[in-house]
Amino acid sequence: MEEIVVCDRVSKTYHTNHLAVEALKQVDLHIGHGEFTTLAGPSGSGKTTLLNVIGGLDQPSSGSVTLQGARIDQRTPAELADYRLRHVGFVFQAYNLIPVLSARENIEFVMELQGISATERNALSDEILQDVGLSEMANRRPAELSGGQQQRVAVARAIVSRPAIVLADEPTANLDSTTSKELIELMLSLNHKHGITFLISTHDPLVIELAPRQITLRDGKIVGDESA
Amino acid sequence: MNLLLLFRLAWRNVLRNRRRSLVLLVTISFGLWAMLFFAAFIRGWNEDTTQNAIDTLTGHLQVHAPDYLDDPSVDHSMRGPSTELRALLKGPEVLAWDSRVRVPAVVMSERETSGVTLVGIDPGRESKLSFIGHSIKAGRQLKDAQDHGIILGRKLADRLDTELGKRVVVMSQGADHSVCDRGFRVVGIFDADRSSTEMAFVFVGRSTAQSMLKMNDEISEISVKLRDAQRLDGFLAHARRAAPELDVQPWTTLQPMVLAMVALGKAWIWIFYLVMYIAMAFGLINTLLMAVAERTREFGLLQALGMRPRLILEQVLAESSLLLAAGVVLGGLLAAGSLALLHGGIDFSHLAQGAEMWGMSKVIHPTLRAWDLISAVLFIVVLALVASVYPALRAARKVPIEALTRG
Repeated sequence: MEEIVVCDRVSKTYHTNHLAVEALKQVDLHIGHGEFTTLAGPSGSGKTTLLNVIGGLDQPSSGSVTLQGARIDQRTPAELADYRLRHVGFVFQAYNLIPVLSARENIEFVMELQGISATERNALSDEILQDVGLSEMANRRPAELSGGQQQRVAVARAIVSRPAIVLADEPTANLDSTTSKELIELMLSLNHKHGITFLISTHDPLVIELAPRQITLRDGKIVGDESA
Repeated sequence: MNLLLLFRLAWRNVLRNRRRSLVLLVTISFGLWAMLFFAAFIRGWNEDTTQNAIDTLTGHLQVHAPDYLDDPSVDHSMRGPSTELRALLKGPEVLAWDSRVRVPAVVMSERETSGVTLVGIDPGRESKLSFIGHSIKAGRQLKDAQDHGIILGRKLADRLDTELGKRVVVMSQGADHSVCDRGFRVVGIFDADRSSTEMAFVFVGRSTAQSMLKMNDEISEISVKLRDAQRLDGFLAHARRAAPELDVQPWTTLQPMVLAMVALGKAWIWIFYLVMYIAMAFGLINTLLMAVAERTREFGLLQALGMRPRLILEQVLAESSLLLAAGVVLGGLLAAGSLALLHGGIDFSHLAQGAEMWGMSKVIHPTLRAWDLISAVLFIVVLALVASVYPALRAARKVPIEALTRG
């Protein structure tokens, strides 16, 4: 299987006042193309930090991160922005959508940044809106959508331009169990349909249970890696 | 980056917090309005004051005997214009000119006495040259240079407790150093822009004055008004060449206070601009910083999605530019509207005495020059962009992960 993400001895230390906090300690991680993986662990175990380092939102203190064979650590902010634009889709726990844009415009936002033509954008957003079941709400602003619907739009935006990997940080944390299950099932179906790689940080047992591969982090180290 | 996307985001963000956008819009448009209105008022003040000084007998330039300006008495009179000077005065550049007698005198009625300047004129020549050609409010204008009547200012007539048809006596030093006096019948009363002018001058026919003062054909001054004031320097040089033995001076030398007031007025415009600049800069920067601080998470999200920091900067600048454009249009329209309403001028006659101290006319006609408009708009545009750059840079320099977690 083609390897999408390779983390080689990645460490991340945060310095606050006179304290040094090691969020990641010599993490080695390999994720293959099309995998659907959860990153579980208690709060403070380093899940979000690892997602941020892989997503180019943060830089490792040591070690290397490779995405589709190219090193992404030690790039400039502008290069990292380009990297995220072309290769990574994000779904955050909250505040995922641009409030002044409609659901469709939020989905098309990344494609507009990529310079994709309006015709192509419309076709792709129509398709993905249908996939996530929000065709009827395409013109609604985020404030007019429920939390679950907003997360569906975020998922649609994350996958619409077919990135190498979608990184989701606690995407179900603010949702009830039914909506959480629907969202994860949606992500699984999109994973199957489009073959997009998903890496999801969570401590929701329901999400972990449904994922084919589960990685467990504790105190900045990978302590478990199981495949169903 | 798609410019349409940039401006779509900017436009919607402008509409998102309407109260704040309205505050910015009002700040920009009121600031521009204030700058344009103040500039137009000062410009009008300058132009009306200058015109008033030129119309109050000065003209654009005057010709005198060499020592007349130091001692404006009958002793420093001169002959009429030479052939060369007369030829120049008949040229196309000259709108009007007159040879005058102008000496200090005393005017007496049956009840009061007042020190004045006796001015002997040719009324036909003054119509396009000075205020006296069109300021007779009661009685009549002098018929010609030989007219035996006298014209007084309204204020002086009140002070002398005299009126049309009554006689006054004018006394002055004659060319032979004797005391000359003559009785005149009041044939006209003039109103002037300033009460000091009404008190200062009495007008008689030039030949009558020459006869009274035993001056023969001599005169005190030649006053000249040009068709185009911009050509004063060139004409002045020609006049000095045509009359090398005489003292030829422009109005700027003859009325130094007016010139100083005009220079002060221009300086006031820039001082006012600077004060407005500082006041508006603090307001704009503060408001824009608040707008950026409230959207920290949003900027983090935009960067996480792949928007380059430069585009974040451009987006914030685009928001400012939209408000700026609207503010400039609104401020310009407000200024145009208020100046149109004051087309007839602002009447300061109830403040006439105070206004005179400042060399002001009774009525100020606000006048906006193209350069005033351009400089005020440039001032506002540069100010707003400078005020926007710092908040925009702060937004663009947010590290996305910090913005997302702190917001």
